[in-house]
Amino acid sequence: MKKTIITVVGKDTVGIIAKVCTYLADNNINILDISQTIVSGYFNMMMIVDANASAKPFGDISADLDRLGEAIGVKIKCQREEIFEMMHRI
Amino acid sequence: MINMFEVNETNKMIEQENLDVRTITLGISLLDCIDSDLARLNEKIYKKITETARDLVKTGEHIESRYGIPIVNKRISVTPIALVGSAACHSPEDFVTVARTLDEAAKTVGVNFIGGYSALVSKGMTAGDEMLIRSIPEALACTERVCSSVNVGSTKCGIDMDAVKLMGEIVHQTAEKTQEKDSLGCAKLVVFCNAPDDNPFMAGAFHGVTEADAVINVGVSGPGVVKTALEKVRGESFEVLCETIKKTAFKITRVGQLVAKEASRMLNIPFGIIDLSLAPTPAVGDSVADILKEIGLEQPGAPGTTAALALLNDQVKKGGIMASSYVGGLSGAFIPVSEDQGMIDAVTAGALTLEKLEAMTCVCSVGLDMIAVPGATSAETISGIIADEMAIGMINQKTTAVRIIPVIGKDVGDTVEFGGLLGYAPVMPVNRFGCGAFVNRGGRIPAPVHSFKN
Repeated sequence: MKKTIITVVGKDTVGIIAKVCTYLADNNINILDISQTIVSGYFNMMMIVDANASAKPFGDISADLDRLGEAIGVKIKCQREEIFEMMHRI
Repeated sequence: MINMFEVNETNKMIEQENLDVRTITLGISLLDCIDSDLARLNEKIYKKITETARDLVKTGEHIESRYGIPIVNKRISVTPIALVGSAACHSPEDFVTVARTLDEAAKTVGVNFIGGYSALVSKGMTAGDEMLIRSIPEALACTERVCSSVNVGSTKCGIDMDAVKLMGEIVHQTAEKTQEKDSLGCAKLVVFCNAPDDNPFMAGAFHGVTEADAVINVGVSGPGVVKTALEKVRGESFEVLCETIKKTAFKITRVGQLVAKEASRMLNIPFGIIDLSLAPTPAVGDSVADILKEIGLEQPGAPGTTAALALLNDQVKKGGIMASSYVGGLSGAFIPVSEDQGMIDAVTAGALTLEKLEAMTCVCSVGLDMIAVPGATSAETISGIIADEMAIGMINQKTTAVRIIPVIGKDVGDTVEFGGLLGYAPVMPVNRFGCGAFVNRGGRIPAPVHSFKN
């Protein structure tokens, strides 16, 4: 199963998780893991998701989340898990 | 499962420390394009390149968006044109038509450089080799994306001093032909000893005759990542320093391995090698010189520089070799002057001289790179500089190269602007004593003895 990592970084505000999760649910993307912290007012979240059941291709999801991030005022990045696996696992 | 710390570390490398894949270079063999008719040769070359590399740029962009890693350049290397063109080309002008075809093909597929306008003459020149070499000034002046290289020596064969002499003249003529652009043509011309067949980095890339029909080679880069990692171990012992460089090089190279495998799969072209070089750019925080400073030198060029560079180069290889299934190309730290802000600063401060740079090239890849010298420097002196660098490569069984720019109309104290990745450079002084009687002897320097190493 190919997984996708979504990272959200930016100034904390109400409803960031809600908006991101709503988008994921609407597009049939399953959340496998979430970790989130706030460091000196900055919101920092990482999600591991399974987007294999989504009707949208990876590029569209990535572009949608990019736009969503702009609307909320945070930076949302969508990357395939392999880059992290390669770098941090032998 | 991957955790937040690891994700943040990777993304910090990409966003703040300039980690990128410097180039995906598609090597294409043109041996099957050989024809005795010049028009047909050009037609076949254009067709083969544009068909094989049709999806290269698109694939690179696709990988960029999937993994969030910038792939700065998509490039092509081809079989040395002296071999491909010698049946059809009967004059240097004929070879220039092939250069134009390569330029056209590069523009069609959207790559920014195409390498392989090259000749391999480590033992001697055929008539075709010599014609190609004589056509280089015009070829580089009338094209935009073509890069040229000439291999004039090897550990196995020695150094062809006739070719070295000729290349001094050719470098000078190239500078003159591209005079209005600060002699930019010379930035696209490399003279090699022990040139590798699978180098993905320009301007010296060509697709060697030992290679398959098409192959994907990838060059990674991340001087900024190494520099940042070393900031955390300031003042620690050499053991800690070396371990840190190794681990960082491993991580950087893994990204290259992923990109190479993915590009290979998507293009259905075999994966060749990863080139482990630390390649700087003029961007702030993307400098090999800054790593040397972080290791403990006030400026590159200070006593200790050669040792610091030697350990850096070796640790990068040790870390990188385990990270990739195949390693090749130049694999080491690049020390171009104009492409590295820290090196430019060291030259301007008077810390770094041509002679110290030459010493540094004994322990790293690849050689005297992107060095601007006064336009009045004679062709013989340039040949002498080339001969010195070739001798280092020949005796030490390593690749060395010279990419030197005698900037016409400029002298020590002036600055030359090449633009983009090529950066800018202060014009450096050259030893004023002559070497004409040496360079003009003619013939070859014999292959060195492979025993009694001292």
